[in-house]
Amino acid sequence: MSIVDRWHATRAGALWHSSIGKKAVMAITGAALLLYVVVHMLSNLKFFLGPESLDGYGHWLRSIAAGALGYEGFVWMVRVGLLACVILHGVAAVQLARRARRARPDRYRTRTRVADGYAVRTMRWGGVILALFIVYHILDLTTGTLNPHGVHGEIHANVRADFDRWYVVLAYTVSVVALGFHIRHGLWSALQSLGAAGREQRTLRRIALGGAVFVCAGFLSIPFAVITGLS
Amino acid sequence: MKVNLRIWRQADADQRGELCSYEVGGVSEDMSFLEVLDTLNASLVARGDDPVAFDHDCREGICGACGMMINGVAHGPRRATTACQLHMREFRDGATITVEPWRAKAFPVVKDLVVDRSAFDTIIQAGGYVTAPTGSAPDANAVPVPKHDADDAFTAAACIGCGACVAACPNGSATLFTAAKVAHLAKLPQGQPERYSRVVDMVAEHDAQGFGGCTNTGECTAVCPKGIGFDVIGVLNRDLLTATLKRQAR
Repeated sequence: MSIVDRWHATRAGALWHSSIGKKAVMAITGAALLLYVVVHMLSNLKFFLGPESLDGYGHWLRSIAAGALGYEGFVWMVRVGLLACVILHGVAAVQLARRARRARPDRYRTRTRVADGYAVRTMRWGGVILALFIVYHILDLTTGTLNPHGVHGEIHANVRADFDRWYVVLAYTVSVVALGFHIRHGLWSALQSLGAAGREQRTLRRIALGGAVFVCAGFLSIPFAVITGLS
Repeated sequence: MKVNLRIWRQADADQRGELCSYEVGGVSEDMSFLEVLDTLNASLVARGDDPVAFDHDCREGICGACGMMINGVAHGPRRATTACQLHMREFRDGATITVEPWRAKAFPVVKDLVVDRSAFDTIIQAGGYVTAPTGSAPDANAVPVPKHDADDAFTAAACIGCGACVAACPNGSATLFTAAKVAHLAKLPQGQPERYSRVVDMVAEHDAQGFGGCTNTGECTAVCPKGIGFDVIGVLNRDLLTATLKRQAR
């Protein structure tokens, strides 16, 4: 029995080998990432409560279970988990996209899409935009390398310095809107991939749209508050 | 009325194909789309040209033999309608209509608009059946089936295997077809003994045939002439994941 056969004989291997299993992996990792995004968005709103609130929150996050894990230990655990999710999600997406290309080598000369919307058509490239944005976002507000202020721990000041610049606001807006579209299709698609969508497709699509708008509005409130001078 | 047809002509699987234009006059709005192709073929034969090859059988919308991309939509613009039941009243006089075969790696072109859909048969052979003695027909109601299960099974069983779902899917996936067959048997008591091995085997065969994966675009159910719902794909996914986690397969 070769290593590949042995891998396919395991539950995880069988799951990863099938096109439906890969979608299940994308659904579960996507759900984990969405959960993180929602918590991230809600905690971002501390920006409006002032520097002490936001900077204090950043310090508190790093000190969770500091006794057992050390300072920043918890944050690093979350980061490793998120990275694993992003990698699994991305690799499955690329493999499925390549499979789809192979499945139709000769394109239609005339093609009319009748059902899907913008969100569905932009899942793949939208995902690429999000991956690039995550790299920029980490270099901007985690490491501070690309941040105009860039002082570790002074989260509020870093964010304010960012969003005084229109091109940074533009970059964040494009990325957050891409995230919104990704959630709009991804949220209900994940439930469908896990076989949990049932018949209530219309309701689920509305919930997905509502969730996408909610996340977008929360994230965008900060850059627009800063650039318009409201906060 | 008069229509301009741009039809995919391809001598066989190995030749390169191209779109050829034909003008067909004397079209009545009560003619079916296939009857327009018949009219065109009659004139092509009269001229000594090669008629356009296309699949068709019952022409009542129930056999699944016909099927072609009409203006980029599987079975044409009318929802829940096969190409043979599509009438020319759906088109304007003088319209230009592009006609192409289903395009998928697993559906090689045989000639013109005819494709080889044997891959569907292979998926069925992998598990789309029940292993049961088939003597004379059993007594009605000998095996009780709840009404809503019977309805769901019947709705899924309405799939005629025409291949429109594959043709319409941007991923070239046959998930709707496979799901309809799996859901049909999963809803009935007769399908239970092989329920979880069936789904694993059929999905494995689906993937092995070179079909793409499902990304929940919904294009398939929008063009399905039998209106097979997206919920059958949920049943397929749930059963496959259950089978994988239970390891009941094989």
